Amino acid sequence: METINFEDRFQEYVDSEQKVEPKHWMPEPYRKTLIRQISQHAHSEVVGMLPEANWISRAPSLRRKVALLAKVQDEAGHGLYLYSAAETLGADRSDLVGDLLSGKAKYSSIFNYPTRSWADIGAIGWLVDGAAIANQVMLCRTSYGPYARAMVRICKEESFHQRQGYEIMLSLCRGTKEQKEMAQDALNRWWWPSLMMFGPTDKESTNSAQSMNWKIKRKSNDELRQEFIDKTVPQAEFLGLTIPDEHLELDEKTGHYQFGPIDWEEFYQVLKGNGPCNKERLEARNKAHDDGRWVREAANAFAKKTLERKGENSAA
Amino acid sequence: MENPLLSYTLFLADNSLITGQRLSEWCGYGPILEQDIALSNIALDHLGQARMLLQYAAEQKGEGWTEDRLAYFRDEKNFRNLLMTELPKGDWGYTVMRAFLYDTYHFYEMTGLLQSKDEQLRAIAQKAIKEIRYHAQWSAEWVIRLGDGTEESHQRVKGSLLELWPFTGEFFETDEAAIELNGRGIAPNYAHIRTQWKAKVEEVLELATLERPEDGWMQSGGRNGAHTEHMGYLLAEMQHIPRSYPDAQW
Ligand SMILES: [Fe+2]
Ligand SMILES: [Fe+2]
Ligand SMILES: [Fe+2]
Repeated sequence: METINFEDRFQEYVDSEQKVEPKHWMPEPYRKTLIRQISQHAHSEVVGMLPEANWISRAPSLRRKVALLAKVQDEAGHGLYLYSAAETLGADRSDLVGDLLSGKAKYSSIFNYPTRSWADIGAIGWLVDGAAIANQVMLCRTSYGPYARAMVRICKEESFHQRQGYEIMLSLCRGTKEQKEMAQDALNRWWWPSLMMFGPTDKESTNSAQSMNWKIKRKSNDELRQEFIDKTVPQAEFLGLTIPDEHLELDEKTGHYQFGPIDWEEFYQVLKGNGPCNKERLEARNKAHDDGRWVREAANAFAKKTLERKGENSAA
Repeated sequence: MENPLLSYTLFLADNSLITGQRLSEWCGYGPILEQDIALSNIALDHLGQARMLLQYAAEQKGEGWTEDRLAYFRDEKNFRNLLMTELPKGDWGYTVMRAFLYDTYHFYEMTGLLQSKDEQLRAIAQKAIKEIRYHAQWSAEWVIRLGDGTEESHQRVKGSLLELWPFTGEFFETDEAAIELNGRGIAPNYAHIRTQWKAKVEEVLELATLERPEDGWMQSGGRNGAHTEHMGYLLAEMQHIPRSYPDAQW
């Protein structure tokens, strides 16, 4: 009798470019990896609201205020889709959120940097949403169906955010001397952290190979980083801004930009919790959660009462 | 004195602007992600209405005025919004109670403006009425949920209701401009709005197991630019960038 190896069958299935759906059999490590990745992504969307929300009350025109508020609201929506995608794998949203609040779960380190000026809102849209898109366009083809479909929806909105951010930068760069300085300063501060968003180099990246095999990931960290740099450098040139990397140079042979060394020490420090805003971000999420407890309790109590009243009515 | 139509347009505009500004402070900090989104949506609606109204006011003022110049370069004493709209956001119960008292009023006000003889105000009311109806429903549902939720939520919203009540009298004040505009069929009759508002508020408060406070001394002054101490901070925060770089375009 032939023994059926589920793992092999699963790998064949994934290799044939078919989507894995919630009811399908899947290896436990595949499920765990996805829950971890999708929930981290969800947390990043939600924590990522904070640095940008910091500027809603101070946006310098009503048009910009409305656009920024709508953008941050979109990020909340992304968080929701992603928590739902994680739930299709059997995870429980309140457990996932609990892990974020306790500091056990990770979120993208980029959101542990402060937004110091209005130009940061432009730089985040342009660079941070831009880096997110590079990653997420790839994830639109990820092997897990619900995740891939969530990404398709999210990517459309992220591209819009990126254009909006770039447009803010463009207004600043075409504006007064102070505005242009503001834009350059923001680029100086957000450039390197944006490159770090793609994660450690392929040599250092431990989980990457398995994720590639399962077609959760389809490009390596270094490939994605390079794509992002190649796309972004000409955009900076168009703005008339200087990328803060003295080693940046177009390699005529390959058509790719070569770039200077990334400060991985900084990356690991921020990851460990030592970034400029790690503490604030987590405290802000915890405070919102704690302040909202009585509201959630009341909403549940009311929903229960309403259900009981309905029951009484139909019994009568 | 400004002409009555302009001062009335600014009154409507400033109510929406300051309400949108305050509500947007919740973005990122709501008690439930779904409600964070809902409230941001409502804030967006108010800001959208504010923009239409400020654009209309700018058009009336003429030469060189824009929505942004009106929002960012007017001093506190020239803002006409109701005092209630500028009060700090408080807890979630305070926010939804304020929203309920104001949205209910706003709904009847805009319903009245659907008949306005001023074409632009009528068009703005037509665009906004659907979203304003939704705001009033959303906030009424929350008042009922919290009033009839737990003992804690009941006590909290009861306190908010008592704090906010003295700011409701200002809704229905009619100055010369309002009387003149009502006579010309441009502004609704605020005495009539008051009757509708009272009936609706009583109905919802009863469902929320809350008692309607007695009408006592009512706060007043927003329309004439006599604001609470909170207004200065709100404006300082909102206006500081454009004022620091007066020549800049954003
Ligand atoms: Fe997002
Ligand atoms: Fe994202
Ligand atoms: Fe985004």
